[in-house]
Amino acid sequence: MVDSLRGSSLRIAVASGKGGTGKTTIAASLALSLAAAGSPPLFLDCDVEAPNAHLILHPNLGRREDVAILIPRVDEAACTHCGRCAEVCQYHAIAVLGKRVMVFPPLCHGCGSCREQCPEHVISETPSVIGVLEAGPARAGIAFARGVLNIGEPMAGPVIRRLKQWAKPEAGQPVILDAPPGTSCPVVESIRRTDFLLLVTEPTPFGLHDLKLAVEVSRELGLPVGIVINRDGVGNAGVEDYCRAENLPILLHIPYERAIAEATARGRSLLDVHPELETRFQAVFEMIVDAVGARA
Amino acid sequence: MTIIVTTSGPELDSPVDPRFGRAAYFLVVDPVSSDYKAHPNPALDAAGGAGTQAAQFASSQGVEAVVSGAFGPNAFQALEAAGIVMSLLGPAWLTRSGALRCALP
Repeated sequence: MVDSLRGSSLRIAVASGKGGTGKTTIAASLALSLAAAGSPPLFLDCDVEAPNAHLILHPNLGRREDVAILIPRVDEAACTHCGRCAEVCQYHAIAVLGKRVMVFPPLCHGCGSCREQCPEHVISETPSVIGVLEAGPARAGIAFARGVLNIGEPMAGPVIRRLKQWAKPEAGQPVILDAPPGTSCPVVESIRRTDFLLLVTEPTPFGLHDLKLAVEVSRELGLPVGIVINRDGVGNAGVEDYCRAENLPILLHIPYERAIAEATARGRSLLDVHPELETRFQAVFEMIVDAVGARA
Repeated sequence: MTIIVTTSGPELDSPVDPRFGRAAYFLVVDPVSSDYKAHPNPALDAAGGAGTQAAQFASSQGVEAVVSGAFGPNAFQALEAAGIVMSLLGPAWLTRSGALRCALP
């Protein structure tokens, strides 16, 4: 199956909109199925505010690296309080109040505009650690990496961005990115510059509502999309009707079963309960390869 | 002397807006003459940093005090650094339209 990738590594992001639909369950099962087919992928847990893929993939996290952003420091004695720094900061992380300059590190994205634009050159930068990257081998030969945002830090984006640069796939190795829930900046950061977006949903009004938002994001980014319906059997036909109307391919249904929830709660994978799904996940991967190949 | 009162509309009769950084309007008021000017809050829809932006606006207007229903942690720090007095209005006044008018001479 790797032949059809022509040596390039296919990057598949798994997202959902609604939280708790089974993103990590699906992403881990896809990774394990690829490993079983002799093509163990690189797995990136991009849900840096609450990473949990390690509970299923059991990595041995030996490599670590801090993630820091550069926070401005103003030499107040030399500052003329012209206000240029505050004017250029689109996050309002630096304020000039009369003869005082204040920096608000939790608002700072570390972009460096204030330092760049300061006409007096009195702004320097100091690194502020906001999280950590960890990597190591996981179950079935999967290469695993994740970011962890420090508690109390509000900005997931820089950690996710750094994780995607830091953890590199080998030539021809597929990459699976487990995105955070929602449709805001951390999700966009996770799924941008990927080749395909697998959206996991559940057949409920809430699942449908957030699926629509996630599909809008994918269109904004120009990403091809496939749908996985998890907990099939609950709710109503709303998701199926929507997918049909919008021409969104439903690649897989996972039944609503207590046994699956019990296994997941014990740190086992969906495939441990339903080994027969392995070939289904491999087929999903081939459909994704075809879909991406057809666009190229 | 001038003060800023956060309001949900551009008039003296508009109810006081309960939030400082996310208020709809900043009313710069002279409490002696009752002269006032309404400024729409430029940070109303900002993704973040509305409080620091609002505090800078207050500082740039040279007001001595701000009146609102709540001040966030960033706005509080910034206003304090700017030496601007913060006054909190209780809930009974926040919901009452004309509260500001009846406080002025």
